[in-house]
Amino acid sequence: MTAPVLEMRSITKTFPGVTALADVGLTVAPGEIHAVCGENGAGKSTLMKVLSGVHPHGSYEGEVLFEGEPCAFRDIRASEARGIVIIHQELALVPYLSIAENIFLGNERASRRLKVVSWNETLRAAAELLRRVGLGAEKPQTRIADIGVGKQQLVEIAKALSKEVKLLILDEPTAALNDEDSRKLLDLIREFRDQGIACILISHKLNEIRQVADRVTILRDGRTIETLAVRDGGGAEDGDGGGGEGGGLSEDRIIRGMVGRDLDHRFPERSHYRGADAGTVALAVEGWTVRHPIDHERKVVDDVSIEVRRGEIVGIAGLMGAGRTELAMSVFGRSYGRYEAGVVRVDGREADVHTVPDAVRHGIAYVTEDRKTYGLNLIDNVMRNITLPSLPKLRRRGAVDEHEERRVAEGYRRSMNIKTPTVFETVGRLSGGNQQKVVLGKWVHADPEVLLLDEPTRGIDVGAKYEIYTVIDQLAARGKAVVFISSELPELLGMCDRIYTMAAGRLTGEVPRAEATQEVLMRHMTTHVRNDG
Amino acid sequence: MSPVTTEKPDSAPAAPAGGGRGGALAAALLNAMRNNMRQYGMLVALGLIVLLFQIWSDGTLLLPRNVSNIVQQNSYILILAMGMMIVIIAGHIDLSVGSLVAFVSAMSAVMMVNHDFPWPLALACSLLIGAAAGAWQGYWIAYIGIPSFIVTLAGMLVFRGLTQIVLEGQSLSPFPKGFQNIAQGFLPEAGPDTNYHNLTLLLGVGVGLFLLWQEWRDRRRQLSYELDVLPYPLWLGKCAFIVGAVLVATLMLASYRGVPVVLLIMAGLLVALGYVMRNVVVGRHVYALGGNRAAATLSGVKDKRVTFLVFVNMGVLSALAGCVYAARLNAGVPKAGEMFELEAIAAAFIGGASMSGGIGTVFGAVIGGLVLGVLNNGMSLVGLGTDYQQVIKGLVLLAAVGFDIWNKRRAGS
Repeated sequence: MTAPVLEMRSITKTFPGVTALADVGLTVAPGEIHAVCGENGAGKSTLMKVLSGVHPHGSYEGEVLFEGEPCAFRDIRASEARGIVIIHQELALVPYLSIAENIFLGNERASRRLKVVSWNETLRAAAELLRRVGLGAEKPQTRIADIGVGKQQLVEIAKALSKEVKLLILDEPTAALNDEDSRKLLDLIREFRDQGIACILISHKLNEIRQVADRVTILRDGRTIETLAVRDGGGAEDGDGGGGEGGGLSEDRIIRGMVGRDLDHRFPERSHYRGADAGTVALAVEGWTVRHPIDHERKVVDDVSIEVRRGEIVGIAGLMGAGRTELAMSVFGRSYGRYEAGVVRVDGREADVHTVPDAVRHGIAYVTEDRKTYGLNLIDNVMRNITLPSLPKLRRRGAVDEHEERRVAEGYRRSMNIKTPTVFETVGRLSGGNQQKVVLGKWVHADPEVLLLDEPTRGIDVGAKYEIYTVIDQLAARGKAVVFISSELPELLGMCDRIYTMAAGRLTGEVPRAEATQEVLMRHMTTHVRNDG
Repeated sequence: MSPVTTEKPDSAPAAPAGGGRGGALAAALLNAMRNNMRQYGMLVALGLIVLLFQIWSDGTLLLPRNVSNIVQQNSYILILAMGMMIVIIAGHIDLSVGSLVAFVSAMSAVMMVNHDFPWPLALACSLLIGAAAGAWQGYWIAYIGIPSFIVTLAGMLVFRGLTQIVLEGQSLSPFPKGFQNIAQGFLPEAGPDTNYHNLTLLLGVGVGLFLLWQEWRDRRRQLSYELDVLPYPLWLGKCAFIVGAVLVATLMLASYRGVPVVLLIMAGLLVALGYVMRNVVVGRHVYALGGNRAAATLSGVKDKRVTFLVFVNMGVLSALAGCVYAARLNAGVPKAGEMFELEAIAAAFIGGASMSGGIGTVFGAVIGGLVLGVLNNGMSLVGLGTDYQQVIKGLVLLAAVGFDIWNKRRAGS
């Protein structure tokens, strides 16, 4: 093999309390499409942030060599100057500026002395770049807001080309695209490879990796597990990818690499609910369909039906963008997207859940995935965060009984082991795990019948996870119906009675506990792309 | 925060009855001080400003007569500041209050001077007009979703224009004596001549006893709930401080003409609004909305209704301030209330509000208002012109908020 264009050697990156990357290596050959895959949280994004200078030199250990020279990027601009361009999953385009202005944003075609923008040059160069990415039909003056997501993604790539890119990093480029746009994009990446541009492709869609990648590096728990060649013997011919396994690397092989961790997480022994109504269906969602709030073309939840019984913990597994959060949030008072169809039944009766207060009134609670944005008032104290949804219950003669409120909060501080000096501590100062306990305590006290838990253990350490699992188990033991959404398959396997899988907004499987393994789940979670064709 | 329900229980070090004291107690105390830095800081600053002008003006500032004067001079700004604080906590702003003050004072003048309404009826109608104006603005902000800055900027123009229309560019006066007393009157006197104002003394003793009883009852209930309380000697000290403060204030007011009527109104508002914001569900929802609107909504807070009510409240308080202003001037004038919105906003920020909402107390707004008021009064006493006064007030606002931001950054939150 020729000298690698990029070599990352024993990269170690720690955040307070968490080791995100431990001794990770990655080598990309010139003109290669190199896929990086791993479960959510495996360290893919962190690695790319190290590479692109988002985590500046000095904040990590290890070496980055680009074209043989050591790099010490202090920020994104420094890495872009070397020709390393990253395109994030969330597009970084300004919607009300034109395509041309977006392409040259921060890099304007302007006169040297007075920095006056030269519109003729901007438009001419933009038109040429658009041709290169197959958007020759679009006018450079068109506003970004007026073109679809697929074309926006291509504009991002044109923007990268304008910076004379040598190494293009694409983070889940097709997550938001339909099949045709995805295909166009992948074709384009292949064209770039032929022009000598190396590419790092981060993707959950294993069939895409098989179609376009030359090699794949698998990360798990912040470590490099292995690097595999996708095709035997250098893979000269481009397979059409739509067919069967056809030699080379199988998806099962990749999946095994991604999930094959030691099952050393510990879970509490599941207790059982023995009430008279045990086993009755508490929550049933039927034919639930929701469209994307902005891009009305896309169905983010597509005809999903699930049911959850009292005392049952039901998991929902799916990769990023599978529609799990969208399902939970839209059921919870239509807090996400545009409702299209579907019925929610609580205890067998159709429930009107048009608004959040409606949902709360029907005994549904949603513990959010993004606790900082949707779960907590970070500038207020622990006590007031816990009691917010249940303030009416704490009323005595019209006013909130402060003493009772404090007693309740102290109770949760003790029972959930929230580590804080007092319940008057500002929530924003607590650690992630303790913040999550506050969110859970808040909803436990509201005493709902159905809990939708969205990634309740995300970003917290193992010890705190165990405590949260215990709380969830106790909720089920008290006859609550629990929906447990998680990206971590081991915890679903360890906690759930049944697991639904979702992909691309659809339900792709329902697996009872006895039959569930990580391989089975991962297969269901990645099937959609093949079935689409 | 009202005097009845001070923040003290919050800031009290939560010394575990049995567990490790000493270090933990000191840490908790420090933490509480840091959390409430802005409020304590401003209280201390107010004390220093009072001291400075007391010396500079050769003792004129704290003469009983001048204290009454400060109260009456600043009453309408303080009333506005309390409402503005709530608006800002909810994450909004109200630029229309100055114009609304003018409009309501004009309407009260028209009612009483041109149409001979009895003054209590005119007062009631004025408050209703304020509520309606608040509801109008609240509707656009809460239910239609127009930013409060825009809606109230429009309101600022609309109400100013309406003022000039109803007054036809003229001043209207005089008002009935009863109405004037709202701003200029004092508590009536009874009993023998004692050189002091008897009813004021009685009231002071009553308030002192009530506060003590309140403290004692709170402590007993906290103990019955097995919550941590202040160590006994500290608690006694706190009680002594409360009694002392009430006594000094009482003697000062009683040695002039007694308690100004408008002080009673403000004290009532402070207690009531402080209580609502701290202990009533709707008040707590205001904090939650301002702190994180998305999280509050997902917790079932009715964001639209709460926002609407916040602006209705602001409208009623603007109307009250308008009446007090008209009563003090004894006239309805077209130029009334100019720049009041900015004074009220400044008072709220000096008193601990946060630009992004979710933080602040009604008590803080009063402290902020008093800082500005004492500065005004003190600088006039020592003969500084209004030109310098403006410069200094501007710098104080900048310093107060700047200090807070610096302090937060240092604390790393």
